[in-house]
Order: sequence, then structure tokens, then C-alpha cells
Amino acid sequence: MSELMSSSPQNSTADVASVAAPRSRTASLLRRISLRIASALFVLWGTITVTFLVLSVLPGDRATILLNITSGQVIERTPAELAPINAQYGFDKPIVEQYLHYFWRLLHADFGFSFELQRPVVHIIAEQLLPTFTLAIAALLLAWIIAIPWTLLTAGRNRRLAAFGSAVETIMAGLPQYWIGILLLIVFAIGLRWFPVVGGTRLLGTVLPAITLAIPLAGFMGHAIRGEFERSMQQPFVLSARARGMSLAGVRLRHVLRHALIPAITLSGWAIGNLLSGAVLVEAVFARPGLGNVLVNAVSNKDFALVSGIVILISFLYIVINLVVDLIYLIVDPRLRGRP
Amino acid sequence: MTTHLTDYAGPRITRVSWQLPLSVLLSAIVALFFIVAAIAPGVLATHDPFSTDLYRALQAPSWANWLGTDDIGRDLYSRIIWGTRQSLLIGIGAMVIALFGAVVLGFSAALGPRWLAEPVNRLLEILLAFPTLLLALLFVALLGPSASSLLISVGIGTAPGYARLVRAQALQVKQSGYVEAARALGHPWPRLFTQHIAPNVFRPLFSLVALGIGQSVVWASGLSFLGLGVVPPSPEWGALLEAGKINVTVAWWLEVLPGIAIVLVALSFTQIGRYIQQRAEGETR
Amino acid sequence: MSNNVIDVRGLNIWASSESGQPRHIVKNVSFALQRGQCLALVGESGSGKSVTARSLVGLAGDGLHVQADTLSLHGETLQQRSDSWWRKVRGSKVGFILQDALVSLDPLRPVGKEIAEALALHGWGNAASRQQKVQALLEEVGVPQAAYRASQRPGELSGGLRQRALIASAIALHPDVLIADEPTTALDVTVQAQVLEVLRQMLDRGTSVILISHDLAVVAKIADQILVMQGGSIVEAGSAQQVLQQPQHAYTQGLINAIPSEHTKGQRLSGSAPSVPIPSVTPSDEVLLEARHIMKRFRGHRAVDDVSFTLKRGETLGIVGESGSGKTTLSRIALALESPDSGEVLFAGQPWSHASAADQRAIRRQIAVVYQDPLSSFDPRWRVADILLDAIALDRQAPTQTPRERAISLLQAVGLGAEHLNQWPARMSGGQRQRVAIARAIATHPKVIVLDEAVSALDVTIQAQILDLLSDLQAQLGVSYLFISHDLGVIHHMSDRVLVMQNGQAVEQGAADEVFYRPRHPYTQTLLASLPRLAALETA
Repeated sequence: MSELMSSSPQNSTADVASVAAPRSRTASLLRRISLRIASALFVLWGTITVTFLVLSVLPGDRATILLNITSGQVIERTPAELAPINAQYGFDKPIVEQYLHYFWRLLHADFGFSFELQRPVVHIIAEQLLPTFTLAIAALLLAWIIAIPWTLLTAGRNRRLAAFGSAVETIMAGLPQYWIGILLLIVFAIGLRWFPVVGGTRLLGTVLPAITLAIPLAGFMGHAIRGEFERSMQQPFVLSARARGMSLAGVRLRHVLRHALIPAITLSGWAIGNLLSGAVLVEAVFARPGLGNVLVNAVSNKDFALVSGIVILISFLYIVINLVVDLIYLIVDPRLRGRP
Repeated sequence: MTTHLTDYAGPRITRVSWQLPLSVLLSAIVALFFIVAAIAPGVLATHDPFSTDLYRALQAPSWANWLGTDDIGRDLYSRIIWGTRQSLLIGIGAMVIALFGAVVLGFSAALGPRWLAEPVNRLLEILLAFPTLLLALLFVALLGPSASSLLISVGIGTAPGYARLVRAQALQVKQSGYVEAARALGHPWPRLFTQHIAPNVFRPLFSLVALGIGQSVVWASGLSFLGLGVVPPSPEWGALLEAGKINVTVAWWLEVLPGIAIVLVALSFTQIGRYIQQRAEGETR
Repeated sequence: MSNNVIDVRGLNIWASSESGQPRHIVKNVSFALQRGQCLALVGESGSGKSVTARSLVGLAGDGLHVQADTLSLHGETLQQRSDSWWRKVRGSKVGFILQDALVSLDPLRPVGKEIAEALALHGWGNAASRQQKVQALLEEVGVPQAAYRASQRPGELSGGLRQRALIASAIALHPDVLIADEPTTALDVTVQAQVLEVLRQMLDRGTSVILISHDLAVVAKIADQILVMQGGSIVEAGSAQQVLQQPQHAYTQGLINAIPSEHTKGQRLSGSAPSVPIPSVTPSDEVLLEARHIMKRFRGHRAVDDVSFTLKRGETLGIVGESGSGKTTLSRIALALESPDSGEVLFAGQPWSHASAADQRAIRRQIAVVYQDPLSSFDPRWRVADILLDAIALDRQAPTQTPRERAISLLQAVGLGAEHLNQWPARMSGGQRQRVAIARAIATHPKVIVLDEAVSALDVTIQAQILDLLSDLQAQLGVSYLFISHDLGVIHHMSDRVLVMQNGQAVEQGAADEVFYRPRHPYTQTLLASLPRLAALETA
């Protein structure tokens, strides 16, 4: 009965093109992926180089600094005292050679030797990485758990509610992490005694630090999700869905939410870097073991091997995570494939 | 293909009245308070920030000491007031450095000739791979803890983020219809830059300055809190927080209240910045 | 009860506005839709046609107050209905199609899912049977390879296929009534014809259709009844034949007259008198712009492929093509805003595309451009006066007036006045803005003006005024026009000679009448065959 509207003789060439060889689409996708990876490698190299350069420019002779720090005395050193240090660390060699050595050792996962703690940097980092990383991930999850329902509740309805929701987000995003941590510590740990003051790495002890980190992030994410949510609600496809018989709640949940999550996913990549560095502050507030504390001490003591090791590692994690997020996008969202 | 624009001849702009929204008014008052505190602390402080009184150590907020005292009897309120100048100056100084770096990097990356734009863009990518705090920490490690190193470190640490914003804006303006129309008219490049590109890129930056000052104060105080910035007995806010850490179990006000000052500055400046941005955009759209 | 599927009597809609006083946007509208009929609501922007249609599915909009004596579907009233009642009716008894499937379908979901959703919402079948139904529906509307297409997202389909998928989602449950809001706008002419064909088939099967459009020619193809709306009221109603051939109301007559086509060549479209008496200037043989074998690649694909043309003094060359034909790229090369990969463009015999930047700047004031969206070509910080003075400063002819006086006379030449000098372009209407853009274009006494889809975004009556203005200016100033458009009627009305582009190639070139009446290339022939024309109704 359905009499075919036979495709008119002049089929738009675009119709034919979009059925074109899937092979070439995969090829261009692979090209884009490899370009992205190459770019990430370049940035990684760059961070290593910048870190090295900044720390090589330490004012004051580095051997002197090292000796002074370990001995606790701030005095002039004789060349005889300095010579073995210079030889051991290679400070007397030209900077390019030092750089190449440094890079070479990095490739072998040798981050150098912490003079202050008298241990290889790699060991130190390996011990402290897990608590910091788990804290960051926990905070990210919490941020999502806070931001999404909050936005869903307050976005796209009436203006008062949206303004209120938005104001709360702004405040959340603007609060300094260390201050939130202090507040939470005082209220919930010291005051109400629900959580331990010095929590260590136990689950209970991770709750408050994670919330501390999560709150500002939730503010940022909520803001991004809300913006996209409200924009998408204005789009014609919402009207189409309703004209098919969908309820407003259904539209919000099944159509618009997906659109609104996209900026949140993008933001999560950036968030990891923000969280890892925020962990530095939060670990200080809660006296929690982790890379943060180690880093702060290393900076005070000018233990550049440790500082550079931690900074490079965190940047590496940040780059990798962003790379993964980008790659997921390339594969999942076909709209982005149009770009070179 | 073409979309159908409305041929609506009514006014497109809601009348922008001179009445300030309540939030902006409050923010302005708060900001003003702190600016006065920075310029003339003696006017607002109640005590000498450095005088100690061991008999009155660790007192909770009271009528005598509005915000309580610290572990050697110094009045917290006065210390906060006197610390304003340093905190604000560091924040403003850091913002100046960050803005300078952001403009130089952003403009070069977006508008420069190929040989300049490419390396700057790569450099920006690399710098953006450092989380803000870590980049600042690198420079603090380099320069040692002090007020000036704090200023420089926070400035350099926040610069790449702003540079990215400037670059995006500059690119958008460069590719806009009005720049092309001016080019089609026959204007030379220098004139395109001064007449169209620069003014339209700088416009959103004004609001950025206010936002940035608030953020810089937060970052700088954070570093001092870690013991990596300004050292005690300076009443800079972060240092106050750092000093109060030890006694947090018995004297909560030492940790909470300086933080409120930081938060107030950050929020009020942010609010003012947003308002300026709305006004600037509302003008011609 | 009557045979009316939809009955509307005394429909009024108010919108709340910022000043507190509600705006009366639909005034006392009445009409009836009979079974198997197509009723068209025609009007320009702001006429209230879309809002009226949406009120029939209860989606008029938040903050709108709808009130009518009768508003019924199959005899059941549509007023004061609960949301759950509407959810049952929408999609099953009434289908709704919006324009531009690219944004009217969820861009993140495969079109098959969208269609299946329509079925699932009304509890139709199970997952497996729904999938089969989706395929059947797609085949019904003429989508080839239905199974494969159903898994694709809207962005991956061509314009025509997308629109057909959108239609499929609206007719999934075979509703008796279909409301189509501008279903063919934003589509290429050939695709437009295909979509109209789908609608006609549905009419043949007994579905009743309400068609909303601003395009009388599109409407003429399938409408039985036409209602013309202006400012919220119906100014004319009757059978299609009546309304189009013997319009009673001046507005309707104006709408019909405003449509540019081959019949209107040489005549005024807007019915207004020219601002200045027109001397008659005949085009001379002096060649102003000459393009030779232009080739331009973008990412490996040829945007412009060996195109040549000439433009003489005082004549209008129309460049017509669908989206992706390369006409915009060609116009940018003609303006030396891009340089061709091979070939060259000469201006008045001098090198133009290959000249140095400095030489080009000297010539630029002789070639002006008017864009489709004038607002984006104005610096947002500038008022009208700034825009004009900036252009006037570049003029090399000996000034006889002060710059400000010249700005005022430019405004007057385009039908505006001195009172517009201090206005913000963002606050002006689309037609006024385009006039300002034209004023800027003629400020430097150019010899050539490139008009890149300059009237495509304007309502028909405004478009008519601007086209008349352009014709007047050409007669007064002797400028040549390079007129780029996808609208064949406009091209035929304005052009002396025509260049037809497809996929970057110039498939046909020649005098306007030659190309339009005796097209030689199959593409041109198809293009013209797809063109909806009012004339078709006259011979019926």
C-alpha cells in the first residue's frame, strides 16, 4: 500500500557521499587519534623541559644549597667540600649535558635522588601517590554527584530558581579550598566529632578532604552544566519531542541531560589537574599523608629533585587524562569528527 | 542555507537602568571597606596589630576584641585589617603580571605572524599542562618564600589561563565579519588592529581584571597558608591562617575569620567583575 | 457534527511583555480544516502564524495566554486540557513538523531512535516490532537503505533525508492531522520539491495538513485553502485559486507582487515610488571584472573548479547555486579576500587577485560588498554614523560636502534619514540594517558591488523593497552587481546574465532569459523544474 516515493532522479550527491567508504572514515579517525597522541607527547616533553629550566636557574650555587640544607647551617663552602657534590650531581657539566642526562634518566623512570630525604624520588612518589590520587578521584565523583542533581533541580524551570541555583554555584566555585576544609574540620571533626581530625588514609578520614575538594569543583561543573542545559532547552528538538507526546520531565531527563553533560565531561579532564594541585592544600589542612605534603616540604627545602619529580608526574597524569578524554570524544561524538 | 531572521523593528535591548542590583551594591560596599582598610588601616583597626598581651591570649570574640585574639594576645580583627594592604597588593600585583603575560602571549598566539604564533601556541599548550598551583610552586621553589616571590609566582601561575581566554577572544575578533568588512573596504592591517581588533579584544578583559584580583588573593593566601609565601609575623591573611593552624582545636576563630576576609574580597570583586561585563555587553547588543 | 477535523473560532493569544502590558499577538483568528485538505497559513515574521499552529497542540509557549470561542479537534475541545491528556493526543492524533531537521531532531541520537520514541511514548508494540516499524516508516517517506539510515545521526544525513526522517517521526502513529511549520525553509530547491512531494502523498492518503510558510510559491503547490496573516489577524482567506489569482486585500496583493521571478523583471516589486527620478543608463561594453579559470581547493576538495566569468559596466551578473556549490568561495575570490590556487582575476584590466596587498587596497574602494547578515559586518562598538564616516573617509572623489553631510545624503539615498545617524545597528530592523550596509557600500563610489545573499534573510516584502532599492541605485550610479543567491526567482529578476554553479563548476552561463527559458545543462533543468512557481496555479 505504501507507494514508494521513488527517489527522484536527481539524488543529491550528498546522499551518496554519506554512504561513502567507511574505510576512509576510519583512516581519518586514526590519523586524528595519532595526531592527538603526538601532540600530547610534545606537551609532555615541554613540561619536563620547562621544569628543568626553571629549577636550573636557582639563584645561588646548587651544591652550596644542598650542603646547607642537609647540615642545617647556612655558611660559605670551600671548593673542596663542593667538588664531590658537583661531581655526584653533575652540576659542573654544561647545562645541555645536564639536561640530556636528566631526560635520559627520566625515560628510565629515574627521577633522581632526594637529597633531603636521602631516598630515590621514585620511591617517595610511589608511596605517596595512591592516597593523593584516590582523594582526587573521590572528589571528582563527589563533585558530579553534587552538581548534576543540583542543576537538574534548579535549571530550566522558572527564573527565580535558576538565579538562585546559579548564585549558589558561583559562591561554591569562589570559595578557597583550604578555607572550606578548615570550616568542615572545625564543624564536623572538632565540633561534632563525626570524623577524625587526623584521618590518615582510612575511608572515614577521606570523606572531609574529598568534600572540601569537591565543593568548588561542583560549583564550576554546575555552572557549565546549567549553561548547556538551559541552552539546549531552547532548541527545537525539545519541541519536537514534546509534540510526539513526551512530558517535560521526560524531555529534561532523556534528551537535554545528555547534551548538558558534555561540558561536564570536558571539564573533568581539566578538573583532575585542578584536583591534584588542590590536594596539596587540602592535605595540609587535614594533615593527611600524600604527595601534597611531600611537595610543600620539598619546596621549602629547595629539594629540586623531589619538586621536579612531583610536578612532572602530576602534569603527566593531567596530560594523559586529558588525552583520554579527547580520544573518547573523537570516537564517541561524531559531530567533532568534522574538524581537522 | 539561509535562516529566516525576524524583521522585528522593536528595541532589542532591555533598558539598562542606573539602579544597581542589590548584590552588586553589597559587593561595592564590601570592596570599598577593604580598600579603605588597605589605604588607611589605622582608621578601621581597634588595636595595634603587633602588640602582644599574654594575659589575653586565645580569647574568643568579645566586645573587647571583636574577632578574638591569637596565641600571644594580638587582636585578630586589627591584624586582619592591617593585613589587607599586603594581601590586596599581592593580589593586584599578581594580576598585573598575569594580565601582562596573558596579553603578550594571547595576542602573539592569535594575531602574530606564523613564525611567532606557532611557537607561542606550543608554549601556551605546555604551560597550560601545569595545574596553576604547581606552576606557582615551581617559582616559589625558585625564588624562596617572600611577598615579592608570591606576587611573581601567582602572576606567572595564573597567566596561562588568562592567556588562553585572550587568545580565544582575539581569534574570534580576527575572524569576525566586521574585521573582514573593514578589510574589504581597503583599510590597512595596522588600522584594523587599532580600530577594531584591539578595542574589541580588550573589552571583556576589563571584567577579567576584577575577577582576577579576587582569584589572585585566594591563590596567594593559599601559598602563604602552606608556609611558602609571606612569613609571620606579617598579618597577611594567608600567614594568619598558617599561624592559626596549630591552635585550631581550641581557637576556631583564628582559622575561620581570616578566611572570611579572603572569601569576602574574592566574592565582592568577582561580583563587580561580572556586573561590569554585563554592562559592557548590554551596551551594544 | 461537521466534517471539520479542526475547528477554530475567535482564537486570541496574548503574550506577557516586560512593560507589563500584555501584547495581543493573535487576534480573533478563525478557520476550519476539512478532512484530506491542506490549509496554509501564510505570513511574514511576526504575523502570528507559528503561534497559532502551536496552540493547536497546546505548545503555544510559556507565559502565553490562549483563549478561543472554539478550539477543537474532531469535535473535542482543546482548551483547558491536562498535560496527560495532551501527551496522549500529541503524536497520535496530531503530528507536528518543525523546520530544519538538523536542530529539530536530537543531534546526539540516531534518527531511528527518535522515530521509535514516538512509538514507544504511546505504548506501541515492543522493541523489535518498533524497529521494523521504523524501517517501514522511513521507506514510506522515501529514504533509501532505511535500516542503515535509521542508525545514523541527523548530522550524518543530507538535508533532504533529514527532513524526511523528521516527517517520519511525526507520522509514526499515522495521525489524522499533520501540522508542518516551515518544513521546506532552509532546504535546497531540489530537496524542497522532494519534501513537498512527501506531503502531497500524505494528503492523497487522507491526512489533513496545516502548512505554515512565508513562501507563497511553496504553498501554491499543495494548498487547497490559504489564509494570509498579518500582525496577528487574518487579512484574507479563501481557496488557493481565489487568493492567488484574485486577492482582495492589499497586503496579499503586495505579497504576490513582491515575489521576484521572470515575470517581474524590469518592474518594481514593492509598489513604492523611486526616491529619485531614474535616468536610463544602458550597460556599456567596458569589462570591469574578469575571472579566468579560477581554481580553489579546500582540504583536498575543489570548492571552485575552473570557473571563468566577466562583468561589464552597469550590468548584473547573477551567480546561482545550491549550498556547497562554491558560489560563496567564488565571491570571496572576486573580492580578493581569498586568493585562487590557480587562475586570476582582473579588475578593469589590471591584476587584482595577484596584485600586492598595497595595490589591492588602492582598488578595494572600487569594489564593495554587502553581506547576508549585516549586523556581523558592523563593529559592535559603532553606531551608524561611525560606520558611514569610516567608509566615507576612504572615498577618493573630491568632496563637495562635509563628511557628515555626505553621510546623511547616503542614508537618504537608501531610504533612511538623518535621524538614523545616531542609532545602534543592533536596535534596527533587518531591512534597515541592510540599507545601512548598502549605504556603506556606495560611500566610496564603487564601480562593482558584490551582493552575497544580501536579501536571503529578509521577509518577502522587505526583500522586495531592498531589491527595488538596488535596482534604483544601479540606474542612478551605473554600478555593476555581482549578485550571489540560491533563490532562482531573485536571480532571474535582478540579473542580466547568469552563471549556474554546481559542485564548484560553472555548468551554465549566459543571458538570464536564455538560461532560464532554454537551459541546456541537465542540472539547470532539474533546478528549474523543482522551482515552485505561482504560475503553475494559473494554468491549472
